[in-house]
Amino acid sequence: KGIYDEALSSFFRNVDTRSGGDGPDIYKGKICSLKARALLIDMEEGVVNEILQGPLRDVFDSKQLITDVSGSGNNWAVGHKLYGYQYRENIVEKLRKTAEHCDCLQCFFIIHSMGGGTGSGLGTFVLKLLEDEFPEVYRFVTSVYPSGEDDVITSPYNSVLAMKELNEHADCVLPIENESLFDIVNKIHQMMNSGKLGSTLKQNSLVTSSAGSGKTVQEKPFDAMNNIIANLLLNLTSSARFEGSLNMDLNEISMNLVPFPRLHYLVSSLTPLYTLADVNVPSRRLDQMFSDAFSRDHQLIQADPKHSLYLACALLVRGNVQVSDLRRNIERLKPSLHFVSWNQEGWKTGLCSVPPVGHSHSLLALANNTCVKPTFIELKDRFMKLYKKKAHLHHYLHVDGMEQSCFSEAISSLSDLIEEYNELDATRGGPRTDPSRLKIAV
Amino acid sequence: MSIVTVQLGQCGNQIGHEVFNAICSDVRGTHGLCSRKENESYHDACKERFFCEEESEVPVARAVLVDMEPKVISQTLSMAARSGSWKYGDRSHFCQKQGSGNNWANGYSVHGPRHKEVIMNLVQKEAEKCDRLGGFFTIMSMAGGTGSGLGAFVTQCLRDAFPTSFVLNHVIWPYGTGEVIVQNYNSVLTLSHLYRSSDALLVHENDVIHKICAQLMNIKQISFRDVNQVIAHQLGSVFQPTHTAEGGSRYSRNPLGDLMETLVPHPEFKMLGLRNIPQMPENSLAYSTFSWPGLIKHLRQMLIANAKMEEGIDWQVRPPRLGSSIPSSHSTNKPLHFNTSIANLVILRGKDTHSADLGSFRDPSLYTSWLNPQDAFSAWKTPRAFNKYEKSASLVSNSQFLLKPLDNVVGKAWNMFASKAYIHQYTKFGIEEEDFLDSFTALEQVISSYTTL
Repeated sequence: KGIYDEALSSFFRNVDTRSGGDGPDIYKGKICSLKARALLIDMEEGVVNEILQGPLRDVFDSKQLITDVSGSGNNWAVGHKLYGYQYRENIVEKLRKTAEHCDCLQCFFIIHSMGGGTGSGLGTFVLKLLEDEFPEVYRFVTSVYPSGEDDVITSPYNSVLAMKELNEHADCVLPIENESLFDIVNKIHQMMNSGKLGSTLKQNSLVTSSAGSGKTVQEKPFDAMNNIIANLLLNLTSSARFEGSLNMDLNEISMNLVPFPRLHYLVSSLTPLYTLADVNVPSRRLDQMFSDAFSRDHQLIQADPKHSLYLACALLVRGNVQVSDLRRNIERLKPSLHFVSWNQEGWKTGLCSVPPVGHSHSLLALANNTCVKPTFIELKDRFMKLYKKKAHLHHYLHVDGMEQSCFSEAISSLSDLIEEYNELDATRGGPRTDPSRLKIAV
Repeated sequence: MSIVTVQLGQCGNQIGHEVFNAICSDVRGTHGLCSRKENESYHDACKERFFCEEESEVPVARAVLVDMEPKVISQTLSMAARSGSWKYGDRSHFCQKQGSGNNWANGYSVHGPRHKEVIMNLVQKEAEKCDRLGGFFTIMSMAGGTGSGLGAFVTQCLRDAFPTSFVLNHVIWPYGTGEVIVQNYNSVLTLSHLYRSSDALLVHENDVIHKICAQLMNIKQISFRDVNQVIAHQLGSVFQPTHTAEGGSRYSRNPLGDLMETLVPHPEFKMLGLRNIPQMPENSLAYSTFSWPGLIKHLRQMLIANAKMEEGIDWQVRPPRLGSSIPSSHSTNKPLHFNTSIANLVILRGKDTHSADLGSFRDPSLYTSWLNPQDAFSAWKTPRAFNKYEKSASLVSNSQFLLKPLDNVVGKAWNMFASKAYIHQYTKFGIEEEDFLDSFTALEQVISSYTTL
């Protein structure tokens, strides 16, 4: 019944497995066997094995896995220097294989956490590798940042070491904080359990649900939170996959939201979080969706873009929303937002006709905003706390190729980044003098 | 003579589709309100101009579709085919997979040279199908990457490959807020480059058309489709067949040439604005009647006061009295609202056009002193009504219409350029700061020229 089309082909291959094993790709027509265009890397086997035994086992090609047994011990150096060196050839080969199956490779999505050893260390190693091997392909990184009460003691080291790599080799970074995801999940549970005004939530409209999965899978604690990130990536790529009256491709996101190479950290928010089963007045609900996108509790990191400075903002709308709705809401919200002086109308918009499963419309907002600064400052502080006492440093310096300078360079890179945001914040509210125009001899 | 349309990028293709739709539906409609013979002449002239009769029963648009990503073209082709009344040629399109990323430099310096041959082959094929080629009509937006960057490159190629043909660029000015962040950069680069190779730039502003949709057409939830349909209507009102100024019963064979001749006497002044009245929702048409004196009066005041549509016109603005206006040195003291023209073209379609008196447009005080008032103004007419409007009047004007929008765009772009924001995205693809400066200089020159009219 399923047809393999352009939209599917962006994330999956359609492999002819009828004659057993790995057949040729089928480019159009019925779905035979979908294989994710993905590489799964972990230095311990537990998680990957679970995936391979779970409902998605057929989707992941066993040849697209790179695993080891002992893990990285929450040590960035082990992930980056040790395993990086060890698995380099293997990774490059598998990447090339995957890339070859693509008609036109536009973008790599790297999904990892910053606080551990593998995701953080090996992950950023792969990032650098991608830049070397595929310089023209965009690198979008979704990074889960550790929260204050993170149980991994060395997470500040790992995160700061990883940040340097993100600064230098990523095109765009979407930072995520578990705290924010957690709060969103709780909010949804409250709505579901409060039975407020007899309202019920449409089950598959939750931003935490695996959209339209149909089956009631045993939910594990991080599943709901991870689904939010999944939906983030879906919405990000929706306009590239489906038609609309104003398409927004991934390369456009990078082009419009990154005014200076290192300032490529984008705060994201998804709305609506859920849809009520009873019918609301459509346009009010629509406008509410726009307002929510700028509210503090819808952001995927602990940040408040509304009270900080915008460098640029992108709105990707899905569903039956037209340009007039978009404009009306931008006009409405603009006065309460602060944009940098040289980008007073810094809005990038996209309209995709196809809504996500379970919704009639949805909105993804991406903000290049100085509100990421506090997150980075906190990270720096936690790092310095450990570093001053040289705590746990020896675990890192043991590793071949790892030196003290790696630490000092990393913290320096982070400090510079914070300084760039400081300079921008300083321009806010100052007197606005437009530069004088060129004079032409009449 | 035939016109070959080149549709560039998402905007260009979406609008191009609506244009051919509007033209086709106008021709097929029985609301010609004129004699059968007249209607048939009109029909034939239109066909020759825009369509090709191939072996298929349905007329095939004389168009080349270009985009750097496949979705829009694929949609456009299928929508046209589904209409049943016309279609695009099966092999008249070219697309790639990746898009231009809203990056002018990518469109101009990378995609342009890379795909030049293929695109120009398509254009050549289309041109050869014409008995007589009247010129090229390109449709593009300034804001994105393909229409703007690749469009500028293609225009240059058209000029090089067809040095004696006319090239008219239809350029869409993006919304002031909320389309593309780097739209001002892309616009500055596009306009400065087009100015070199194009014969004239016919401009539509999204903000203006949006207002028309909201206030005149009463559309509640305005979509890009609505906007594009108004634009298509306005373009149709200019390019559908008419009799030229000399009169006679035959339809003009050379619309682009005539347009250039009447409106662009000097290469420094190529910006053309377009106004069309009346505009109203279709279901109101039956209840409205218009008189030519009324329409002409409104259109003239729209010209003088630089009004974007027929509501909210400032009737206080008057042309300066002849003899009292002192050119150039006092240009900043002139009543700021008065819109000085170089040349104007009015097109009247419908009932009793012969009785319409356009004397008020010949008033010398409307114009600069370079041309004779007789030469500064032209009128084209046809008794054949257009697109269900019993009477329809259009104005194509080479005047200060676009001065303020141009100044705004250059100002915003300059402001951003001063902070060097986003420049690295352009230098990545070979457009350097120097190139930006050249473009700014070129446009400041244009602004200066139009200001001192």
